[in-house]
Amino acid sequence: MTDATAKSAPKGSLMTIDLKTAGPAIALFLLCVIGFLLNPAFLSEGNLSNLLTRSAFIGIIAVGATFVITAGGIDLSVGSMAAAISGVMIIVMNTAVETMGPGVSTVLLGCGCSIVLGVGAGWINGALTTKGKIEAFIVTLGTMGIYRSLVTYFADGGTLSLDFAIRGTYRPVYYGSFLGLPIPVWVFIFVALVGWFLMNRTAFGRYCTAIGSNESVAKYSAIKVDRVKTLTYVIQGLCVSLATIIYVPRLGSASSSTGVLWELEAIAAVIIGGTVLKGGYGRIGGTIIGALMLTTIGNILNFTDMISNYLNGTMQGLIIIIAVWLQRADWGAGKAKAQAQKD
Amino acid sequence: MPDGQLEGFAVLEADRISKSFGAVPVLFSVNMEIYPGEVHALIGENGAGKSTLMKILSGFHSPTSGRILFDGQEITLPPNGGAEAMGIVLIHQELNLAAQMTVEENIFLGRELTKNGVLDRAAMRDQVAELLSSIGLTISPSARISDLTIAEQQMVEIVKAVSRQARVLIMDEPTAVLTEAETNLFFQQVEKLKSRGVAIIFVSHKLSEVKQIADRITILRDGQWIATKPAEGLSPDAMAQMMVGRELSDLYPPMHEADVDAERVLQVEGLSAAGVNDVSFDLRKGEILGFSGLIGAGRTAVFEAICGLHPIEAGRITFNGEEVCFASVAAARDAGLAYLTKDRKAKGLLLDKDMRPNLTLFSLPKFLRRFGLDRQAEDEALTRAIRRFDIRARDPKVKVGDMSGGNQQKLLIAKVMEADPQVVIIDEPTRGIDVGTKQQVYHFIAALAAEGISVVVISSEMPEVIGISHRVVVMREGQIMGVLTGDAINETEIMRYAAGLKQAGPREQDQ
Repeated sequence: MTDATAKSAPKGSLMTIDLKTAGPAIALFLLCVIGFLLNPAFLSEGNLSNLLTRSAFIGIIAVGATFVITAGGIDLSVGSMAAAISGVMIIVMNTAVETMGPGVSTVLLGCGCSIVLGVGAGWINGALTTKGKIEAFIVTLGTMGIYRSLVTYFADGGTLSLDFAIRGTYRPVYYGSFLGLPIPVWVFIFVALVGWFLMNRTAFGRYCTAIGSNESVAKYSAIKVDRVKTLTYVIQGLCVSLATIIYVPRLGSASSSTGVLWELEAIAAVIIGGTVLKGGYGRIGGTIIGALMLTTIGNILNFTDMISNYLNGTMQGLIIIIAVWLQRADWGAGKAKAQAQKD
Repeated sequence: MPDGQLEGFAVLEADRISKSFGAVPVLFSVNMEIYPGEVHALIGENGAGKSTLMKILSGFHSPTSGRILFDGQEITLPPNGGAEAMGIVLIHQELNLAAQMTVEENIFLGRELTKNGVLDRAAMRDQVAELLSSIGLTISPSARISDLTIAEQQMVEIVKAVSRQARVLIMDEPTAVLTEAETNLFFQQVEKLKSRGVAIIFVSHKLSEVKQIADRITILRDGQWIATKPAEGLSPDAMAQMMVGRELSDLYPPMHEADVDAERVLQVEGLSAAGVNDVSFDLRKGEILGFSGLIGAGRTAVFEAICGLHPIEAGRITFNGEEVCFASVAAARDAGLAYLTKDRKAKGLLLDKDMRPNLTLFSLPKFLRRFGLDRQAEDEALTRAIRRFDIRARDPKVKVGDMSGGNQQKLLIAKVMEADPQVVIIDEPTRGIDVGTKQQVYHFIAALAAEGISVVVISSEMPEVIGISHRVVVMREGQIMGVLTGDAINETEIMRYAAGLKQAGPREQDQ
């Protein structure tokens, strides 16, 4: 009755709370210490800003994924979606350059096109899962294949390259910086802040959590379940389009290998950050740290000869498994306490 | 030890068992002996420590102090259900069956018979068929659990326990979700097990059932052992008094006369939906309207349709003089109509969250300030609700799933009332909660009506409907059979309508 399964004693719970929520942050800190010990250049300004910039793509997408996963869904299509959107963006801008010239307006057209496509693709995923009542896993597995093959088709099996005239105009979006921080990092910070606010301070975030926790309860609590779930996919699509906008000027091209495995990295970042894969509990802050951790691992491997760079995936995989194991392991910390703490 | 001469025969015995969760003590030096071939009922209010004691007796919790004796030997029970191998089986309230697997597969789950390394399906099916027929069940061994009724699933749990040579069977509110007919069938099985020498511990809030089935009764209150008595000579009233430690004369609040001239808040004409056929009734301001009938009579379906949870096929709903058709629960809520589900665990509350998000979830738009949620207002609402509905929780951060059923129900009422509805529909207001809390819930309902809120109470417990309603609508097979007022509200009359022995003419239905 009142007893149930409360395992955690009131004493000492303060400490475990900190361990639980701060776990990913501590792990990231340790990774940075290791990086510094292996090579002091790891903490150089150049490397740090490079690291943050590279985290931005996965990080931005992972913020969207946090909403989808918290509401009990999953989106496997984000990597292919990013590739397809970059492809279309490049085609649109290359075409527009003939009439509009290589100015800012052409770039803006491309960006607008990206956002429309991202939101639209997200809406399709959402509508198919909610109105179509198909499992999210299946829907996004399907769209993943569709988007991937579309970019291959657009590129005719090869690579789509952005017109050199526009590259100059578009270049600063990736390579430029503002107040000492690269533009992608600013976008990342902006998306993270908005995401955090949405998740923790608005009714929408509460609804996502409620739906992921128990969809029936949400329905009986006057929550428009279908609308909220669709919106999570739309947010995911929007995040993908923002990531694509800062990604395209980096290489100025798109091919069938663009964005491969991004979906898994994004999901990994979300889970490392402490969001529960089956939904009902999401942490934007954790997701950001998760994304930073994944990039840091690759970065550290670049700095050392001890482990081959080709083992990057192995290290990432190990870190993911260890991180989740640490969260699940029952060493005194109540998940409820951690959850209560996040509010 | 009240009857010492039986001491040597106790199969399972709790000796001065105490249990604390952290700093919170929940059991104080409780004694209980269970003899082979007896049905031993364990009763007490929610939070009295019944569940904890059961979990200790089946090894799911370990006692903080005290001894457990099994066949007279002091033992430490293996954790996490390991005690099943010793013949001590706990049947949880939430049944523990794999829904997509068959009866046979469930019964042999974890100890499948094999021959030459492959499953010996024929042998298993024969054994299951034999077990089922020996208990007198007509379920096919190859039926899927998800296709069975709750009662049948319960029987499968029991068969599973029997097939494991259970010597002690501990059941947590096995009859909570059963209809009367199902309960009788269930009791027949219990008698059979008893005659085989199985010791049965049985927790229930339905005291008349306890009286009917139990040989001895142990009463707990606030974690203390109060008494163990033979069921003979102990009336349900006496049990209730020992449980709460006070007189319960005023279980139902005094009835305020309904104002027959009060405006009609809700009028329903010719409503048809899935499971609902041509239903018409009306509800006045400040009235408590009971909805009685057998389980599955379509009472819930009527109000789920009205509140926008299910599509309406035909009919006219007038709310506050305006014709309405709510497309969503949110629309119904905004208009002032709220439905409180009977299934508080699956549809009512987020069990893995604490109280605050649960309380405000239904009325969240009310807590919005400049796009964000006003946490301070939420906290204030929680403090208010805890006071108003007397919600007792160890601390406000406790997970709702860890709260007692009574407190969950109070929280659910608070959650719905947070939206300030004009009409509130409470489905099974006291399912699975103890007498003390029941009394409180009845008083809450009466207080709401006195404030001018119209309340619909859907209930399968007849004394409850009779005790608190101004008028009672009786349904059967999706139709309204009759509307009772005043002295006509009694069990016989309701039963005659519910069983289809009597049906009011259309004119009589109007009033």
